[in-house]
Amino acid sequence: MRHQLMGVINLIHETDELERLTQGRCLATVPFGARYRLIDFVLSSMVNSGISKVAVFAHTKYRSLMDHLGSGKHWDLQHRQSGLFILPPATDDIQEISRGDLYHFYQHRDYFNRSPLEYVVITRSHMVCNIDFAKVLRFHKENEADVTVVCKRHDGSLPGKARKVKMDEAGRITAMQDHYGRMLSDTSSMEMYLMRKDLLMDLVETSLAQGQDHLVRHAIFSRLGQLKVFGYAYDGYLGVVNTLASYYEHNMSLLQPDVWRSLFYKPGTIFTKVKDEPPARYAGSSHVANSLIANGCRIEGTVINSVLFRGVHVRRGAVVKDSIVMQNGTIGEGSFIQYSILDKDVTVKRETDVRGAEGTPFLAAKRKVI
Amino acid sequence: MGRKEMIAMLLAGGEGKRLGVLTKDLAKPAVYFGGKYRIIDFALSNCAHSGIDTVGVLTQYQPLELNRYLGIGSPWGLDRRDGGMAILPPHVKQKGGVWYKGTANAIYQNMAFIERYNPEYVLVISGDHIYKMDYEQMLGHHKRSGADVTIAGIAVDWKEAGRFGLMHVDDEDKITAFEEKPKTPTSNIASMGVYIFTWKTLQKYLIYDEASRSSSHDFGKDVIPAMMRDGLKLHCYPFKGYWKDVGTIESLWEANMDLLADEAPLDLSDPKWRIYSVSPNRPAQYIAPTARVRSSLVTEGCSLEGSVERSVLFYGVQAGPDSHIAESVVMPGVRIGAGARIFRAIIGEGAVVQAGVTIGDPEDDAITVVAVEQYVTADHLLKEVEQR
Repeated sequence: MRHQLMGVINLIHETDELERLTQGRCLATVPFGARYRLIDFVLSSMVNSGISKVAVFAHTKYRSLMDHLGSGKHWDLQHRQSGLFILPPATDDIQEISRGDLYHFYQHRDYFNRSPLEYVVITRSHMVCNIDFAKVLRFHKENEADVTVVCKRHDGSLPGKARKVKMDEAGRITAMQDHYGRMLSDTSSMEMYLMRKDLLMDLVETSLAQGQDHLVRHAIFSRLGQLKVFGYAYDGYLGVVNTLASYYEHNMSLLQPDVWRSLFYKPGTIFTKVKDEPPARYAGSSHVANSLIANGCRIEGTVINSVLFRGVHVRRGAVVKDSIVMQNGTIGEGSFIQYSILDKDVTVKRETDVRGAEGTPFLAAKRKVI
Repeated sequence: MGRKEMIAMLLAGGEGKRLGVLTKDLAKPAVYFGGKYRIIDFALSNCAHSGIDTVGVLTQYQPLELNRYLGIGSPWGLDRRDGGMAILPPHVKQKGGVWYKGTANAIYQNMAFIERYNPEYVLVISGDHIYKMDYEQMLGHHKRSGADVTIAGIAVDWKEAGRFGLMHVDDEDKITAFEEKPKTPTSNIASMGVYIFTWKTLQKYLIYDEASRSSSHDFGKDVIPAMMRDGLKLHCYPFKGYWKDVGTIESLWEANMDLLADEAPLDLSDPKWRIYSVSPNRPAQYIAPTARVRSSLVTEGCSLEGSVERSVLFYGVQAGPDSHIAESVVMPGVRIGAGARIFRAIIGEGAVVQAGVTIGDPEDDAITVVAVEQYVTADHLLKEVEQR
């Protein structure tokens, strides 16, 4: 089967309020959901939708991104003719790095021009979801839209920061604004924009020529009157993960069995970089309830309402409650942790109390010893 | 193509008859083991950690699943431009072709493959055993001793010794006598089925063995005894560590249970000696508020609502509320209904155990086996019992 769609994961100026979780890594590679990185969700969705050419526009702190994605083979993106392309900023002048995404798209215009694919879908990395882009493309064609924006309708407030959109009855978007605006709307943009590639290239060149730098804020916001911009309603699970509170909340919502079953499996499986960790080992003294446990964990103590990444060791008598412990964390004997997020390789020594508060989790930076 | 110092020939054609329904559609090396592995992963990971980059895998019995699993060898780092993994089934030649008649004949039929790499040494191993071993160290031993053949040996229980090829060795590990599966063992040093041959010597003996009408073309029964008779220098490489032939239901179950000990004799979590396998890439395991998991190994993709004790659960196992699993090995994708009770069982891949069904008996030592994709209802069990 041949596809007309190419994927772009745009990491340039992503809204990031994850504090020290993004001190040494970009938002895209923040660990999430016991064994994944944020980018895995949209990347796997693209692959499962039949997209075989994906470009990742890297921006800053992308060592962890290169390490995670590698050749793309874990997502089945290591092909003869297509596959995964990581495109870091290409600038003559270091000052230009801070310019908007349109500038970077322009610098990499050859990448788009060389491809015979007709359509492009541009996404961010921090939308935790499982979506079929083939359906979005069908919707786009049926509506003869110029741009299709993937949206999520929700009741009440949505954790995390997302743009809001307003649609008319036909589904056409009439207004968009940044997350801090006061527009009343129950629909958020998932920052996924599907359009013809030649329209994108046109928008890039025209906007830059007019002194504008940003794809959404400039090229699309200002043309809602001229372009037919439609909203496609996504109805699966969505986590907008760009603040520490939403990071915590969305990890915890994975403990709901229906979220676990749908987000990771439907419509397609979410893939990540494979590590050859052995199965998780539960000792005779272990007590685990309502938790997600990754391979390679060793559990001798108690784990309740928590998410444990690969290779975490909970020693005898230790209690982990309402917390997120990332890869290779160690919780010492008799220690107690609650409402905490421990980044990779954190060691909590024996008989130590680590407590955040409900709503404001305690965050321990990578490799910290407590 | 560059010359290779040593390449490996991995015998993976075994039927594993004594594993019954578990090997009905599957070669023994492809049988699941240890929560996320297949038996062959151990030998292949040993190769990867021993710096061996060329492995010929000899397949014969039910190779479909095994071939699919091995692919081009990427999970074991064997997708190489120069060398790598090659799957070697029996094939037709100009003068016709035959099935592999024995272990030695299987290598004989693939001498052309070995010659391509022009190696100094050939490592012959099998895909039937669970162990971690550095073949590079063994090669060092082989070179230092100047032997023509080095056979890895391990001390086994005297009661079981008769199942193996047994070696008598002198103070310098030189093999003085070799007996294949004797009725009354006079030694308890068993051959692990791991051989390093100096290739030119092996080649000569393979040709010689092939010409013999009375030979069964087996390393243990024919080739090694012939070399002994001719006074070649055979050495034993003494191995101290965990090694298990998982050829029977009991030994397969036992080897899985061995992994659950607090100080497990086989460490799967050594970061320097990871066991590589094809990862199913499933989400982390979900342990429900009602679950109770103790003294067990559980793999990604599992969703557990009942109790699990002293068991090994492969990926994607779902167990409903009030279910109880004890001292069992549950293979990938098995679904266990609410209130089902499972004792001392091996449940084959994709099987479904209906709600409320009991399998096995806590008072009985026997191990119950449920076949791959079997649908177990209370009625069905009744029928099984009547048939016995």
